[in-house]
Amino acid sequence: MTRRYAFYPGCTLHSTGVEFGASSELVCHALDLEMVEIPDWNCCGASSAHSMDPTLFLALPARNLAQAQEVGLSDLAIPCAACYSRLAAADLALQQDGAFRAMMESVLDFEYEGRVRPRNLLDILANDLSGEALTAKIKKPLDGLKVVAYYGCLLIRPPEYTGRWDDPEHPQTMDHIIELMGAEAMPWSYGVDCCGGSLTLNRSDVVVHLVDKLALAAHEAGADALVTACPMCMANVDGRQLYRGGPPLPRPPKPGYQPLPIFYFTELMALAYGLSLKKVLAKHLVDPRPLLGRLALV
Amino acid sequence: MEPDLTFIERVSELSHQNVSRCYYCLRCSAGCPSAYAMEYTPAQILRMVQLGQKDALLRSSAIWLCIGCETCGSRCPNEIHAGAVIDALRQVALAEDVSPAEQSVFKLHVAFLDSIRTWGRLHELTMILQHKLTSRDLFSNLDMGLDMFLKGKIHPLPKRIQGISEVKELFELGDEG
Repeated sequence: MTRRYAFYPGCTLHSTGVEFGASSELVCHALDLEMVEIPDWNCCGASSAHSMDPTLFLALPARNLAQAQEVGLSDLAIPCAACYSRLAAADLALQQDGAFRAMMESVLDFEYEGRVRPRNLLDILANDLSGEALTAKIKKPLDGLKVVAYYGCLLIRPPEYTGRWDDPEHPQTMDHIIELMGAEAMPWSYGVDCCGGSLTLNRSDVVVHLVDKLALAAHEAGADALVTACPMCMANVDGRQLYRGGPPLPRPPKPGYQPLPIFYFTELMALAYGLSLKKVLAKHLVDPRPLLGRLALV
Repeated sequence: MEPDLTFIERVSELSHQNVSRCYYCLRCSAGCPSAYAMEYTPAQILRMVQLGQKDALLRSSAIWLCIGCETCGSRCPNEIHAGAVIDALRQVALAEDVSPAEQSVFKLHVAFLDSIRTWGRLHELTMILQHKLTSRDLFSNLDMGLDMFLKGKIHPLPKRIQGISEVKELFELGDEG
């Protein structure tokens, strides 16, 4: 039976997060999930709107919720952790703040019905489908692949927005999917530490410091790669291991530092399902193909 | 500088956070990823709001270094979201024309929002060009940007959404407030 969801891709899914877009499309298709893109969506406002403007940061995602109502489906699937957080915040404000709701209804010419639930794609894949359904499509279990699940900040925080579909301090959803796909999820203590995403272009010193901590911790945990569900984490952890800011002078990496590949969890699912990721894997900045080649997974 | 004892009310109202509940346990600051680079940690920021240290706060780098990762807010035993408080401090600083201490961070936010106002969605290339021109930092991150561009992860041309006039109206709501 086909399950249908309204779908908000967000700005990065066809650009800097293109691997997430392509792999989640493949995986959803394989699992018989139909994603209906909401019409004429706009940017959620991300970090910049809430940094700068006390109304805009809820108004921009509220328009997307209005657009999503037109699709007529009850669950809105959102792959990007940051978009998900913004849309969940706007939905909460529309529910609880009558003045804000009245203003949005008037400006956007719609009536808030409160029946579209913003949900993260990871939550949907892990919790709407049974373990049997998720493993039934496996053609090539990811034997020998050791990874750490990297949840980052906004995927499961704050609990007021997420409704606690996973524990904000000790999430397990992605570890569960990794194990189902036949890979090994190594225990580590950095799964919910922030990578610094929104400072990546303007305070790369801070971001390199944070990304270094994550990469070294992943090494120490015995992992060969990180797994994420967020396009900001991907761009940042992927890019800042290689490109360490500057000029004037890039900071030298620490001795023994080897850049680790980072995957979207949907890429691991697509690999396990035997779906072709040839073009997608070529787009990573830290090339994951040597690692996958060594383990005979591509 | 004289403390501004009404400041806590303004910040609490704008942020929807009860700042006076902070009893300085420091959980927020222990977990904060950018605290090491801030001149005031999140807990110090909350205390300074309580004590009316408005000028020092609005002029600080710290308020522009908060990433909004919600570690503080999720861990606070008094349910204070320090991130929302810091958002409010930035918004007050802008409303009162206090020049942001972290100009590059500020100008990236401006370029990001200009991109949404113009196209309805983020267009990375024009945003980055605007940021480079306005922050007069032409040569940083060209290596990473070129790698992403060549891999097709940054589109050369933007596209405008149909409902752009509606998006522009949303921007004006803030201007009035």
